[in-house]
Amino acid sequence: MNTETGQPRLLQGNEAVVEGALYAGCRFFAGYPITPATEISEAMAYRLPAVGGTFIQMEDEIASMGAIIGASLAGVKAMTATSGPGFSLIQENLGFGVMAEVPCVVVNVMRGGPSTGLPTHVSQGDVQQARWGTHGDHPIIVLAASTTRECFDLTVRAFNLAEKFRTPVILLTDEVVAHTREKIVLPPPGELEVAERQEPTVPPDWYIPYADTASGVPPMAVFGDGYRYHVTGLVHDVRGFPTERPDEIVPFLNRLFRKINQHFQEIMMVKEELTEDAAVLVIAYGSVARSAKRAVREARERGIKAGLLQLVTLWPFPRQLVEPYLMQVKAVLVPELNMGQISREVKRVNQGLTRVETLNRIDGKLMTPGEIVERLVKL
Amino acid sequence: MAEITQLIHKYLRHEKKFPHVWCPGCGNGIVLGALIRAVDRTGFTKDQIVLVSGIGCSGRMSVYVDFNTLHTTHGRALTFATGVKLANPKLQVIVVMGDGDATAIGGNHFIHAARRNLNLTAIIINNNIYGMTGGQYSPTTPYGAWSATAPYGHIEHPFSIAELAVTAGAAWVGRGTVYHANLLDQLMEAAIYKRGFAVVEVISHCHTQFGLKNKQGGPVEMMRRQKEMAVRVEKAKTMTPEELAGKITIGTLVDRDLPIYTQEYRRIREAAGGGKK
Repeated sequence: MNTETGQPRLLQGNEAVVEGALYAGCRFFAGYPITPATEISEAMAYRLPAVGGTFIQMEDEIASMGAIIGASLAGVKAMTATSGPGFSLIQENLGFGVMAEVPCVVVNVMRGGPSTGLPTHVSQGDVQQARWGTHGDHPIIVLAASTTRECFDLTVRAFNLAEKFRTPVILLTDEVVAHTREKIVLPPPGELEVAERQEPTVPPDWYIPYADTASGVPPMAVFGDGYRYHVTGLVHDVRGFPTERPDEIVPFLNRLFRKINQHFQEIMMVKEELTEDAAVLVIAYGSVARSAKRAVREARERGIKAGLLQLVTLWPFPRQLVEPYLMQVKAVLVPELNMGQISREVKRVNQGLTRVETLNRIDGKLMTPGEIVERLVKL
Repeated sequence: MAEITQLIHKYLRHEKKFPHVWCPGCGNGIVLGALIRAVDRTGFTKDQIVLVSGIGCSGRMSVYVDFNTLHTTHGRALTFATGVKLANPKLQVIVVMGDGDATAIGGNHFIHAARRNLNLTAIIINNNIYGMTGGQYSPTTPYGAWSATAPYGHIEHPFSIAELAVTAGAAWVGRGTVYHANLLDQLMEAAIYKRGFAVVEVISHCHTQFGLKNKQGGPVEMMRRQKEMAVRVEKAKTMTPEELAGKITIGTLVDRDLPIYTQEYRRIREAAGGGKK
């Protein structure tokens, strides 16, 4: 495989995810074969040993998630990739990652569901599962890629957010994004930011592994570096030991949310296309955003002042970046490859500011620009 | 200072997290003692040891010892341990699980870890019951026994954990009991030293749940049963199947040299041009 930077290459989304992960410093991957995410495992199996990393195919996705958390605790940036059925299995240890604050990246290449569903067809059916999937109240960061280039950039970004905020980060792509081949010029090392986790600088005796800090993110010691501490999925005190004391439970859980909430500005990302003077707005993400981009241009040609707000960060929902548009436009269209998973969030923040309409497709086929234009004309 | 006091001071997080959650008379403390003595004899530093545990009474063991400790989800301890070991093969990773933990919810991970032959030490405390949740039957609850979920007697047949590990391909497998404390020390030490996937099945007792429901008495009576049922592996070879009925073999069941996963992977790195990390 050609791994040069600076040269144009033809990559599919899944391959770009792998390139992005390696660029970000990922050196451990555990996965289980599943369509349409398998190319990520295959490319990782080929590429990781060449850079001194480790690939392992586990017995299932539960094990894959456990393994990447273990690897991350031992100081190595780690990732897994799957699709819907595997994503369901990942939920269990995903919660552990949130609770124990272990950086890692989970890629979910969405396919039609529920259950075994439509293994080789596109869907965006896991958007709410990505937000709420795992038991208990928990914060989560979820990004959505729509192009090969975004697969690369957002994988790097996902690692950066995971390491900075000590949390699992989910990257949602879909079958269309994963398998579409596009030209991409990989950036040379140093061009994109690559963040590293903050490690403790105090002597081991002074180290408080789950201490509150100004950022809400405690420095993370690596297993074997002399900071012997306890990691658990139980609610724990600042030293990491299980607690049932209300005066320790509440500050801990509040900090888990606060460390994400107080960094909204850094986490929330959208892309705007012809939105400045838009009278009607399309809110889209993933492969649908590609069609929507063309649709708003075609609508403009037909005299409709349409714009596109592409959501890059899905969760936490970028409310502050959506709200101004809700006040600006006369109507919003939310096209999705599901029964309306982000549109319900748009409606929730809309609060009567504008009219929110939905366009849903669940037949395993991609959303065409024509379908979106047709609806924009009628808005 | 007595040797035991020194070990307690050296290895337990005694200032931080005691008293422990185990019932008086529980075998878990004997297992923990054997583990600490074994680690001490092997000479590994506390920083080199990662103790990974699952969920259940045995899972709490990781809280009490001053190693790098990782208390994972139910049944998944070996998957986390796999990640830790692969990310840093220099760490000495010891995994503590219970019978339900390792062979029911974690049964799949257990056989695959054995097959894969990572250099891990797996200690499985087998007390034939789910103790923490109140005495439900586990994969090692004997046929006909009583449990909270077998109120009319148990109709399933149990796994033999050590034999399962042998069949699944573990490089080293031993079985001991909490009654045979000296043997347990030796088994633990051998398992930690072994290069490859090493399993120690420890026959223990849960008098609070299993003992009470099956009228087997308290810890003393249950440990006496362990003594009566146990036969050394060497002696068992000379006995007939009839003589061995109802007995458990203790000692080293298998010790074989197999390629270790991390060594094999080093070869893959060389083939891929990645060399050393």
